[in-house]
Amino acid sequence: MLDVSIMADVLPPMLKSLGMTGKLAILILIVGMLLAVPLAFARNATSTWLSLPANGYILIIRGIPALLQVFLVYYGLAQFEIVRSSFLWPVFRDPFFCVILALGLNSAAYTAEIISGALRLIPKGLVEAAHSMGLSWFQTQFLVTLPLAMRAALPAYENEIILTVKATSLASTITLLDLTGVARLEVTNTYAPYEVFLTAGTIYFCITTTLSWALRKLERRLAIENLKAVDPGILAKAAVAAHG
Amino acid sequence: MTLFSGYTYQLFTGALVSLSVTFFALIFGSVLGLGLGAAKIYGPHPLRYIAEAYTAVVRGVPDLIVIYLIYFGSTVALTKLTGAYVDVNGFTAGVFALGLIFGAYASDIIRAGIQQVARGQKEAADALGLSKRIAFFHVILPQAWRFALPGFSNLTIILLKQTSLISVIGLEELLRASAVVSGSTREPFYVYAIAAFMYLVMTTIATVLLRWAQSRANRGFA
Repeated sequence: MLDVSIMADVLPPMLKSLGMTGKLAILILIVGMLLAVPLAFARNATSTWLSLPANGYILIIRGIPALLQVFLVYYGLAQFEIVRSSFLWPVFRDPFFCVILALGLNSAAYTAEIISGALRLIPKGLVEAAHSMGLSWFQTQFLVTLPLAMRAALPAYENEIILTVKATSLASTITLLDLTGVARLEVTNTYAPYEVFLTAGTIYFCITTTLSWALRKLERRLAIENLKAVDPGILAKAAVAAHG
Repeated sequence: MTLFSGYTYQLFTGALVSLSVTFFALIFGSVLGLGLGAAKIYGPHPLRYIAEAYTAVVRGVPDLIVIYLIYFGSTVALTKLTGAYVDVNGFTAGVFALGLIFGAYASDIIRAGIQQVARGQKEAADALGLSKRIAFFHVILPQAWRFALPGFSNLTIILLKQTSLISVIGLEELLRASAVVSGSTREPFYVYAIAAFMYLVMTTIATVLLRWAQSRANRGFA
């Protein structure tokens, strides 16, 4: 039977490790989003010089396991003398940085796919209206298209957030003490895998469930039911007004 | 790079192990998914809730935790049960764990597929006097398959990539084999890059095959 006292014992160190899990998730999502926006625009670009590399990147990243990408960055790069002798070595030697880089690059591909899909949903009339009001390409994209696309992308992005929180568990394979890492450590201390992993699983479940509940509330406030119903003229005017 | 010639075999063997884990987990997961999906639609209330709860739990927990729980947990359980130390085989634990995960996600896809079959089909089956079982397996399910296939394909590709997680419990599939090889060649980047390429080839071939299956399932429809 389950030994509740072991579960109570391992709970405090596990809860402490949540700081690491949270930090990883947030930084991975930030790196992923920063790379995903230019990737999404490149993917939708009419120029093959832009869309081909973006499509290739997304295809390759999505065809390879995330854990392999983590190993490639953490163990792989150390092979090269150039990396080891460079001033960046302290950074590439650090598992924390490597996980964020590897999973950030990974998340970027999935997020770019979501955003580029949402960008394609934006009615052409909006872009035309923005142009006719004298907005530049950058102004059109960042004041009109992107904000709308982000809202349309929210349901799919919510899923990506949950997947990222779960993916942080991969950090435990390269010695980081996130929730899964601490759980592994506690198993070797207590020899009680059931109790420890069930506790860890329950904590993860509580986090992801709360998170997806909160995100769904946000989504209900921000989501756009029907993009076609948005009046292009009003939006473009609003964008110009907001811009001053 | 010349160092590789002897190790290529090891990587290929690893890739074959990855493929066979995928294959068996796919079979086990599909059967589980079909059962859970049917339970979500037709099941009596307690069964329906259990199936829903199962999917929610698997969705909310990292795959690594499920794999650890199955692997270490079953070792402990079997050791207690038999009295002697039992070392659970990484392959069996891996197939079982990945199948459990696959089934949880597949059940939602199968449910959606069944619900997309036009209602008239079920009514026609009833009018013809077909039993519930015959109607389900011969009328509803073959048509639901067509709707479920795209989601099912996605899951299969994800499953193929998830097999890399089994490396943490020591099964020498492609990722673990690369780790072993790179330990002796001291060229981890090249070895992992080759492994990445092999994964890419496998996922690409799987994608092409599943696309073909989708277009075949959709023949006769617009």
